[in-house]
Amino acid sequence: MLTIATGNKAVAAAVKEARPEVVAAYPITPQTEIVEQIAEYVASGELDCRYIPVESEHSAMAACIGASATGVRTFTATSSHGLMYMHEMVNWAAGARLPIVMANVNRALGPGWNVWAEHTDSLQERDTGWLQVYVSTVQEAYDATIMAFRIAEHRDVLLPVMINLDGFVLSHSMQRLETLHPGDFIPPVNLPHAIDTANPAGYGTLTGPDDYFRFRWDIERSMRRSVGVIAETEQEFADRFGRSFGPAQEYRCEDADVLVIAMGTLAKEAEVAIDRLRDEGIRAGSLRIRWLRPFPELDLDGRDLVVIDRDYSFGFGGILAQSLKSRYRVDPYSVIAGLGGQEVTFDDIASFVRERKPGEERWFGVSDDV
Amino acid sequence: MTEIPKEEYILKCTSACAGCPSSIALRYVLKAAGPETVLVVPACCTSVIQGAYPNTAMNVPVYNVAFAAAAACASGMSEAYRKAGRKTHVIVYAGDGGTVDIGIQALSGALERETDFLYICYDNEAYGNTGMQRSGSTPAGARTTTTPGGKIHAKKDLDGIVAAHNPPYMATACVAYPQDIFKKVRKALSIRGPSFIHILAPCPPGWRFSSDMTIEMGKLAVRSGMWILYEREHGKVSINGVSKAALKKPLPLEEYLAPQGRFKGISQQAIDSLISQRDRVAQRLLKEDEGIC
Repeated sequence: MLTIATGNKAVAAAVKEARPEVVAAYPITPQTEIVEQIAEYVASGELDCRYIPVESEHSAMAACIGASATGVRTFTATSSHGLMYMHEMVNWAAGARLPIVMANVNRALGPGWNVWAEHTDSLQERDTGWLQVYVSTVQEAYDATIMAFRIAEHRDVLLPVMINLDGFVLSHSMQRLETLHPGDFIPPVNLPHAIDTANPAGYGTLTGPDDYFRFRWDIERSMRRSVGVIAETEQEFADRFGRSFGPAQEYRCEDADVLVIAMGTLAKEAEVAIDRLRDEGIRAGSLRIRWLRPFPELDLDGRDLVVIDRDYSFGFGGILAQSLKSRYRVDPYSVIAGLGGQEVTFDDIASFVRERKPGEERWFGVSDDV
Repeated sequence: MTEIPKEEYILKCTSACAGCPSSIALRYVLKAAGPETVLVVPACCTSVIQGAYPNTAMNVPVYNVAFAAAAACASGMSEAYRKAGRKTHVIVYAGDGGTVDIGIQALSGALERETDFLYICYDNEAYGNTGMQRSGSTPAGARTTTTPGGKIHAKKDLDGIVAAHNPPYMATACVAYPQDIFKKVRKALSIRGPSFIHILAPCPPGWRFSSDMTIEMGKLAVRSGMWILYEREHGKVSINGVSKAALKKPLPLEEYLAPQGRFKGISQQAIDSLISQRDRVAQRLLKEDEGIC
């Protein structure tokens, strides 16, 4: 069905189609619309699900863990401080190998209080064992949420998946949305280690170094296998529903001398900048990173790179730029832009490309002498 | 007398300390609950006693979860089971640290949402698993590794906090009275919605008494009125006979304090605080028991 919706409403609509048995969530700006809409679906009977209005995000993830451990499908959503408060249980969910799906609406961290878009929240969770996808449109938020359940619950993965969408810029923007009925695209959950009272076991018990090490390696092995599961899921999605994605999305990259690399809505904005630059005769392309975990295999050889980070690791650098540097031995022009919802236009992005200085870092809008 | 099943759900030779009260209590909790039960255990002594991977000392599934998260984890589990039409008992078995301190928010939330589960706090009045640091449940005057001069502040009134949520069933129990534990767990599990049992767990290494004295210490706690056995069912309090008798003529407090190394050299001020807290709780419960309030 063709409609218009905000990013938040699109996520909620996708969750309705995925039919989780338990949703536990705590509201936080700018994620509120997701949980309000799901509560509404449950109240109206459109979604046959237990909605647990928990008293904190820590409890939201704990409740999802408890429910998921019995072998049912679960979902939650959060943002920023909510994700930080949940952090302990975010780790627990992955370690317990539970295919929980969570939407995180990317928002800056206080102080000062700031409710606008930034990626530092979810990037602080990048080492937890969760798969992370970053989306750039309302439709993509919807499609990625549908696919997240199938990927997380796949026997070769059994790891939680986090869908990240930019606060307000995407969560509250209305765009065209085509909804779908996934049908058997998402098979029923079949958790091999679901709690079984007929076969009592200890879960998460005291574990010595050798076994613990093996469990960690098993997470990494599943993370590596998830590359294939994502590809296969996205391919089948494209075949059945007509929209294709990938670990990263290219825009006019084929003959490009310079690539703009970013995540989320800024990367979508970059496509407009690319058209402008092309008109000026600059052969530029945009490479939008979608899956941050597992980290994508990219072909960056022989091009100038302009990496825009809407995040920062203090004392180290832009997290995406540093990740690309260490993984691909490249020397990008690293631009820190958009923190706390800072306005970044396609003109600004075009200027980053024109003024690029490989190997240097620039904080957009901050003069050097401050 | 209630027939207690012969089935054992805790295997012998666990890593519990000699005279461990929490495993004595858990033995009767599980006998009452039976095999269609999932135990949710946050960080506490039980998370060690249950055995290390790949073994388990329990004959029911034990789900370990982070310190603050037990009641919330149980909420999710209970909702999932009830939606599936399953009556599986979801029982949290948590220490006093995981209940009165770091876990109280999740407990409060689960009670308020009328989660269909049983929350049991076994209370040894300190952080036992990490080597006996003070908890909010440590009584005034008790020495712990973080209150080497004796705790200044009074024991937190966990039961008052839980009662304020008005759960359909709550009770106190004590390791010295295992039949009473059994009966109360059976009753708690027969009631829909949240139920809560607070079990006093005299801890030999923590309280510094001889490990063959666990049951005796529990009896002294009850007879001195320092621990009152009662039930609160749909708001109606009824005090157990043994506690009613004890409250009429409590043993001198000294008889309870003297065998415990943790109270050695306790100040008169701390003793006064213990007595005043005991009397305050006793008077409140006696009034409720008589239906005065």
